[in-house]
Amino acid sequence: MKSSAMRDLMALTERPDVISLAGGLPDTSTFPPDSYASLMGTVAARSCARALQYGPTEGLVAVKRCITQVMAAEDMHVENAEILVTTGGQQVIDLVCKTLLDPGDIVITEAPTYPGAVPTFCAYQADVVQITMDRDGMVIDELERKLAELEQAGRKPKFIYTVPNFHNPAGVTMSLERREALVRIATQREILILEDNPYGLLRYEGEPLPTLYSLDNEFVIYASTFSKILSPGVRLGWTVAPAPVLAKMNIGKQSSDLCSSSVSQYFVEAYFDSGPWEDYVRSLIEIYRKRRDVMLDALAENLPREARWTHPQGGLFLWVTLPDYIDTTDLLARALQEHVAFVPGRAAYLDGRGGSEMRLNFSGVDEDQIREGVRRIGEVIREQVAMYGTLTGIAPSAPLGARLTGSGTSAKRAKGPTPDPQPAAPDAELAKVLQMPRKRAG
Amino acid sequence: MSRIAVLSGGHSLERQVSLKSGARVADSLRALGHEVTAIDVGADLVTRLQEAKPEVAFVALHGRDGEDGTVQELLEVMGIAYTGSRVSACIRAADKVLAKHAFRDVGIPTPEFFAFNETAFKVLGAGQALPEVEQTLGFPIVVKPASQGSALGIKFARSTSELPAALVAAFSYDRKVLLERHIAGRDLAVSILDGPDGQAQTLPIVEAMPEQEDFYDFESRYEIGRTRFACPAELPAAVAAKANELALAAYNVLGCGGFARVDLMLDAQSSELFVLEVNPIPGLTETSLLPQASDAAGIDFDQLIARIVAAAIS
Repeated sequence: MKSSAMRDLMALTERPDVISLAGGLPDTSTFPPDSYASLMGTVAARSCARALQYGPTEGLVAVKRCITQVMAAEDMHVENAEILVTTGGQQVIDLVCKTLLDPGDIVITEAPTYPGAVPTFCAYQADVVQITMDRDGMVIDELERKLAELEQAGRKPKFIYTVPNFHNPAGVTMSLERREALVRIATQREILILEDNPYGLLRYEGEPLPTLYSLDNEFVIYASTFSKILSPGVRLGWTVAPAPVLAKMNIGKQSSDLCSSSVSQYFVEAYFDSGPWEDYVRSLIEIYRKRRDVMLDALAENLPREARWTHPQGGLFLWVTLPDYIDTTDLLARALQEHVAFVPGRAAYLDGRGGSEMRLNFSGVDEDQIREGVRRIGEVIREQVAMYGTLTGIAPSAPLGARLTGSGTSAKRAKGPTPDPQPAAPDAELAKVLQMPRKRAG
Repeated sequence: MSRIAVLSGGHSLERQVSLKSGARVADSLRALGHEVTAIDVGADLVTRLQEAKPEVAFVALHGRDGEDGTVQELLEVMGIAYTGSRVSACIRAADKVLAKHAFRDVGIPTPEFFAFNETAFKVLGAGQALPEVEQTLGFPIVVKPASQGSALGIKFARSTSELPAALVAAFSYDRKVLLERHIAGRDLAVSILDGPDGQAQTLPIVEAMPEQEDFYDFESRYEIGRTRFACPAELPAAVAAKANELALAAYNVLGCGGFARVDLMLDAQSSELFVLEVNPIPGLTETSLLPQASDAAGIDFDQLIARIVAAAIS
C-alpha cells in the first residue's frame, strides 16, 4: 500500500483550485446533455421496471450485443456466452485476482504498471514481479529470464497483467513482435495473460495492432470498458475469458455485487440503439489528439533537457522521466504550491522504483489548462535542476523549446528533447505493423 | 456549554490528518454538550467565524497556516479565544530551526545542526561549505524542511553524493532546510497537557518502534502496521524522568500552552536524550500519539478535549 503521507498528498490534487494532470479522467463534458436526457427518457419509456430491478450476473444480452460490436471494431469476434459484464474494467482485475490468487502467488506486470491495479494486487497479497518496459512495451527477454528463474525456484506466475495499447501509465504501445512473443510464451508455459485494453479505440496516429486476445484466445483473459468510449460514470466493463475462468469469475461477481447496474446497462443499450456509437469515439479522438499534441508541445517548451517523456500514439497518459536526483513525490508537494498536480511514479511500482518518474494525463482538462499546467510543472522542475546544479556545480541545460525557437524549426514535438523512449517516427517494429490488414465494424 | 468552532482541513499537506482530528474533536465536543460549528478552513474563514460567532475556536489544523501562528493571529485580531499555543509559540515551534536555536540557547540538548535558506546556496555559494557540514555532522545526515510537520520531505543522506538530492527534496517543502546529525536510537514522544491549575504536566511517554529495523525508512515509523507503539514506553525511571524534564523545558522555552507533543531521541550508544522538535498541535486522530498518552494516564478523549477547551477559556 502507498504510505499515508503519499495518500494525503494525492488527496490534495483534487482541490478545485489545482490544475490536475493527475487524474485519469475522460472528458465527460463533451457528451451532449440533451442526448443523455433523451436516452434516459428511452430507458424510462421502454424498460423502467427492469432498469430498476436486479439483472443477471453475467449481464444483459442487449449489452453483450453492444460489447460484441465494440470488440469487432478491434477485430475480435466473440459470442454472447463468452462475455461477463462487469462493474467497470477495474472489477475484472479484482475478479481475476479473487478467482486465481492465493496469498503469495506471483503476478507479473509491467514496470511501471497501472496504479489502480496496485491496491488490488496488494489486497490479494500477490507477490508482484515487475518487468521493465521500453518503447516497444514489456521487455520480453527480461520476462523470459524471470520466468526461467522462477521455474528454477519451483514457482510459476498465476497470470501476466499487461496493458498493450497506450499503456497506463507509460504511454507506450507493445509492438507486434512483442505481442506475438508474449502470447507464444504464455501458450508454451500455460500461463494466463490478463490483457487490459481500455484505450485501444482511442488511437491518434499509426495503425492499430492486433490485441493479444485476437492472436490467441486460449490463455488470454480480455478486459475492456465503456469508460473511455462512452462514460466512466456508467461503471460498465467486461471480460472475455477461457470458459472455466469465466465461470469462476461469474461466481466471484455474485458474491461481490450480484450484478452490475441495470440502469446503466439499459442506458448503454439505448445509447447503442440511438445511432453509430463510433461517432462519439471519433469526436473524443479529435479532442484528445489535440490535447496530446498541446501537451507534447508544452513539454518540449517547458521541461529542461534533463527530462525525457514518451510519445503516446493514443490513450490518455504520458510518462515523464526526470534526473534521478529529483524525487517526484517531493516535487508534487512543490507543484501543489503552484496549484498543479501529477501522479508521482512510485504509485506505479510495488518495489520502490519510479521515484524520479511521473504520469501526466492529457484528457481531463482543456488545452489552456494543459499549457498552463505543464508550464508550472516545468518551472518547478527547472528550479530543482538549477538547485542541484548550484549544489554540485553541474550546469543545467536550457529547455529544448527555447533552443529550437532560435533555429526557427517547429519539429520540437516530433523529436522530443533527448533520445526519446517512444519517438514519433515509426521505427522498424511499427513499420511492419503498418502493413497489417484490419477490419472495421459499422 | 459554549459555542465552539472546530477549525480543520485547510490547504496544508497535512489536510487529511487535520480533517480526521477535527471530526473526532467535533464529535467529542458535541458529546460534551457544546454547540459545534465545523469549519474546513479556506478563503471564507473570516466570514464563517463572523457568522458562527464562536466563544472558542478549537484549532485542529496541522502544518502550514494552521500550526505556525497564521490562523492564531487571525483569531487574535477577531478577539476569539482559541485552543493551544499563542502566536509567538506557534511561530517558534513550527519552525524547527528557530526551535532548535531556542533549545541550544538554554542548554536543552538537541542534535547538532546547520540550517540554510535557499538563497544561501543560490547567492552565497553555501554549497562549497557542505564538506565542513558533513565533517561536523558525520553521515548519515538527516535533511528536513524547516517547517514541514509530517514525514514528507525528510531524507537521510548516507554519503556526500546523496546530500544534494536530499537538499533538493527538502527545498520542495520550504525555503529553509535543516541538516541534522542523525541520532540512532529510540524514538520517544512526550505529550504535555496543561492541568486545571494551569500547570503543564507530562503524560506517559510513547515509544514508536518500526516493525522492520531500518533507520532510514522514516515514513514507516508513522505507518499503521509498520510501526508499533508502546505506551508507557519501557524506560528506566531516571531516563523517563529526564525525558519529561527536557520535554517540559522545551515546551516552556518556546512558550507553548494548552497542549503539545515533544519528540525526542534516546541515543542507543550514549543513552543521552535529545529534543528534536515540539509539535504545537499534534494529531488528535484515533491512532495519534497524544490521545494514546492521555488514555494511558486515565484521561479519556472527551476529558482531554474538555481540558484543552478549559485551558483556552481560562
